[in-house]
Amino acid sequence: MRVLIPVAMTGLLVGQAQAADMTVKVEIPRLSVAEYHRPYVAIWVEGPDQKVANLAVWYEMKQKDGEGTKWLKDMRQWWRRSGRELTMPVDGISGATRAAGEHRLAFTEGSGPLPKLPAGQYQLVVEAAREVGGRELLRVPFQWPPKAAETLKVQGEHELGAVALDLKP
Amino acid sequence: MKTTLKLAALALAFCLPLSAQAHRGWMLPSATVLSGNDPWVTVDAAISNDLFYFEHFPMQLTNLVVTGPDGATAKVENQATGRYRSTFDVHLTEPGTYKAAVVNAGLFANYKEGGKNKRWRGTAETFAKEVPANAEGLVVTQSAGRVEVFFTAGKPSDTALKITGNGLELAPITHPNDLVSGSTASFRFMLDGKPAPDLEVEIVPGGVRYRDKLGDTKTKTDADGKFSIKWPEPGMYWIEASIKDNKTSLPAAKERRATYAATFEVLPE
Repeated sequence: MRVLIPVAMTGLLVGQAQAADMTVKVEIPRLSVAEYHRPYVAIWVEGPDQKVANLAVWYEMKQKDGEGTKWLKDMRQWWRRSGRELTMPVDGISGATRAAGEHRLAFTEGSGPLPKLPAGQYQLVVEAAREVGGRELLRVPFQWPPKAAETLKVQGEHELGAVALDLKP
Repeated sequence: MKTTLKLAALALAFCLPLSAQAHRGWMLPSATVLSGNDPWVTVDAAISNDLFYFEHFPMQLTNLVVTGPDGATAKVENQATGRYRSTFDVHLTEPGTYKAAVVNAGLFANYKEGGKNKRWRGTAETFAKEVPANAEGLVVTQSAGRVEVFFTAGKPSDTALKITGNGLELAPITHPNDLVSGSTASFRFMLDGKPAPDLEVEIVPGGVRYRDKLGDTKTKTDADGKFSIKWPEPGMYWIEASIKDNKTSLPAAKERRATYAATFEVLPE
C-alpha cells in the first residue's frame, strides 16, 4: 500500500512526460493472382529531420543462407532511409512475412522499437513490395505526443488495404 | 481412398515445377528497327521474374536458331553466357526481317522407385534408357517451348515469319517490327499449324522496376486463334501463351505442354 500510492502520485504529477501508446493496424489485401507471394512490409516512424525509427520489417527470413534478403531493396524508400544501413535480422523489428488480413502491432513509447520521441510532427510510413507484384507506400501524419486519444486512417489501393494509427496519451 | 490420395499427391508434385514460379524466358534485342549499311543487333537472353532485368539465370542458347530474310539460317556471332544472361550478335547483312528463336523440347517424368518420388528430365532418346518402363505411378509430360524475337534492317519482310507447324507459334498479321504506340496490332496463335482458339495471352510491359504497378494485361484468342493488342505506350513488351493437351509425339507421354513467348518493341508515334 505504501508503495502503490507514491507510484500513482508520480504518474499524476508528471502526466505530461507519461509514455504514450501507439497501435498500428495494417491490412494486407487478399489478391487473386496467378502467382502470389506474401509481401515484404516495412513500418516506420519518420521525424521532421527524416530520422527513422523502424517498428517492423516483415520479410522472408526462413530461406537458407538469408536468400530472402535479396528482395529487401524492393521496399525502395525504406531501403534508402534506413534499410541499407541495417544488418538483417534486427531483434524486435524483423519478422516473417504475414498472410492476407489485418495485423495489429502495439507499441509503448520508450520500450521496444518505439523510442522516446521529442514533441513534434511525425509520419507513420508503411511500405509493401511483393515478388512478381507491385509496390505501395502509405503515410499517416500525426502529432506527438497525442493530446487526446485519436485514430488516423489511410486506405491503400493495390498492395495495402486500410492502415490505421491509434494514439493514446 | 489411398490410391486417390496418392494420385492427388502425385498430381500436386507434378504441377509444382510447371506452375510454382513466374520465371520468364525472354530475349531483348538492342534494336528492332534498323537502317544504315552495316547494321548489327545484340540480343540478351535470360530467365527472370521481372522484365527485362537479368537477375536470375542466363538463357541457354543451345537451341538458338536465327532465320534471315531469305529463310535460311543466319550466322550467330559473339555468343557468350555469363552469370545472369546470355548474349549474341547478329550481323544484318541482308535487308529485311530476321527471327531469332530458342526452341526447347523435352520430357518430364514423375514416378516412384522403392517408395520414393523420382523426377526425371530428358529427351525421347534418353527416356527409354533411364526411366524404367514399368515404373510405379509413371506420369510423363512432353514440353515444347519457343521464345522468339524479331528485328528488321530496312523494309520489313515476311519470309522469316513463316511458322514451322510444330508446337505453339505466332503467325503475325501486323508485322512484329511495325508496332506503334496508340495503334492496334493483330496476331494469330497456331498450334501445330492450326489456329489455337480461346487461348489466354499475357501481355507484360517492361520496366517494372521504375513503376509501382505491373501493368500486365490478358486477352484471349478468338475462334480463329486471332487476338489484338492496342499498345498503350512505347516500350518493350513481352507476350506469352501456353496450352496443355494430349497430342504427344511419344506414346508414354499423356500430356503435352506447349508455350510461346516473344518480345516486341513498340515505337512512339
